[in-house]
Amino acid sequence: MLDNALRSNRLPAAPGVGYKPQHFSQILEHAKPVEWLEIHAENYMGDGGRPLAQLRHLSEQFPISVHGVGLSIGGETPLDPDHLARLKHLVGWLNPASFSEHLAWSTHDSHFLNDLLPLPYTDATLTRVCDHIDQVQGVVGRQMLLENPSSYLAFEESTWSEPDFLREITRRTGCGLLLDVNNVFVSATNLDFSPQGYIDAYPLDKVGEIHLGGHDEDEDDHGHPLLIDSHGREVVDPVWALLDYVLDKSGPKPVLIEWDTDVPDWPILRAEAERAKSALDKIPA
Amino acid sequence: MNVSQTTFHDALLDANKSIPGGLVDAQANAAGRRFSVYRNNVAVSLTEAMHQAFPVIAKLLGSQNMDGLAGIFLRQHPPTSPLMMFYGDEFPAFLEGMEQLSHLGYLPDVARLELALRRAYHAADCQPIDPEALSVPPEDLMRAKLTLAPAATALRSEWPVHAIWLFNTEDGAPKPEAGAQDVLITRPEYDPAPQLLPQGGAAWIARVQNGQNIGEAFEATMAETPEFDLGTTLALLLQGGAITSVTIERLDT
Repeated sequence: MLDNALRSNRLPAAPGVGYKPQHFSQILEHAKPVEWLEIHAENYMGDGGRPLAQLRHLSEQFPISVHGVGLSIGGETPLDPDHLARLKHLVGWLNPASFSEHLAWSTHDSHFLNDLLPLPYTDATLTRVCDHIDQVQGVVGRQMLLENPSSYLAFEESTWSEPDFLREITRRTGCGLLLDVNNVFVSATNLDFSPQGYIDAYPLDKVGEIHLGGHDEDEDDHGHPLLIDSHGREVVDPVWALLDYVLDKSGPKPVLIEWDTDVPDWPILRAEAERAKSALDKIPA
Repeated sequence: MNVSQTTFHDALLDANKSIPGGLVDAQANAAGRRFSVYRNNVAVSLTEAMHQAFPVIAKLLGSQNMDGLAGIFLRQHPPTSPLMMFYGDEFPAFLEGMEQLSHLGYLPDVARLELALRRAYHAADCQPIDPEALSVPPEDLMRAKLTLAPAATALRSEWPVHAIWLFNTEDGAPKPEAGAQDVLITRPEYDPAPQLLPQGGAAWIARVQNGQNIGEAFEATMAETPEFDLGTTLALLLQGGAITSVTIERLDT
């Protein structure tokens, strides 16, 4: 269980964007309404060069969120100690406003699969994930936020609902949550549950950050809609509506726009951040 | 039915393996195409990483051929670290082993050059020496030992690897002509650049990196490559900001 002193999420309840190097100059010239930036931890684990120089520069002007995509917290095998050490080094150097990872696995048998792979929600998974989060928070010395996945399928063996599973993880480890509203919408569509019902069951008081991103549309073998979390386009209207539903219940939160593939020009990404700002501005006081 | 990560992992990387049972949709139908989303994510993201890592190889082969080759490579050599910036270490050796590519014998060395450029991009920052530090009497210079920047790498190829790289990255670059080339990669500030070294340059730099002084490395290199040009090699290192310290041992008197 995490010491209270280590709960140091300092992101502003304002729009942020996932940082892409091609936007470096424009962010410095015209960031508004973007008030903070998120980086993928693994892209800043080299020894030097432009990536770290840019990050150092940006961190002097913006709160930074370090978002890991490679720790494999749900992995059946032990966490990679080298990777944990790199994460500790990055977080120690940068002192970011927030640090987050995923409820997923990506490494097995020393192979890193470069995707966020799904977990069965069982007691065994719960124990393993909590042990790993305890280890991460202990080594990194910070509270972490845990992000809900996009699901394309379910495990027959699951005995927990995802919101209950996440709530229990926060109770046992003291971690916070990163609520990806697009992921909720994608999973709800793919697995036939109500996204509002998910939010109603979800521990919004533990949320330190919200993610929004675009998804692609496909179909499964039976003609059922199959949404795919691609981060390659604008956030769709029903996801903006779900954000309103969340913010109405949670109050203001840091809201991030993720756009990782087919990255657009800065004005388009800024326009998405403007829309997030409108959503935040209309929350009743 | 429980699905272990071993089962999941094996089915992800091998499309001939059946989709694990126990994975379902909301109506308890077998996952089918839904599992393919993960297969696709893994293959597409790693193929994309290979294109980014080896743009000149992709250009030489054509995009579709690169896709096919990456598809084979990523299944034989999945990443072993979450640092995708370093993915592809085994690619040059993999290319050497591809019989269908044996008529393009230069590909492995072009891949080595692209790997070295990427490593240089992420290498530690350092402070280069003032070039004046090498303005010393020749006998002192020959006793000098150099420390090179972490980003500095020298390659020797039996192929005109620098010319091939240039021809495929710069408009108007001359067509490569047959012949071995030595290449120096430095990172003056943030952008790594390959430079053509004099013949013997890579061997001389390797000796200096192994701790020989300038003179020892020079004599050993001249014995192999009489046309080796030390002045040009030193000038290229200085221009690339690739020398970070000079130590000149005092002579005992």
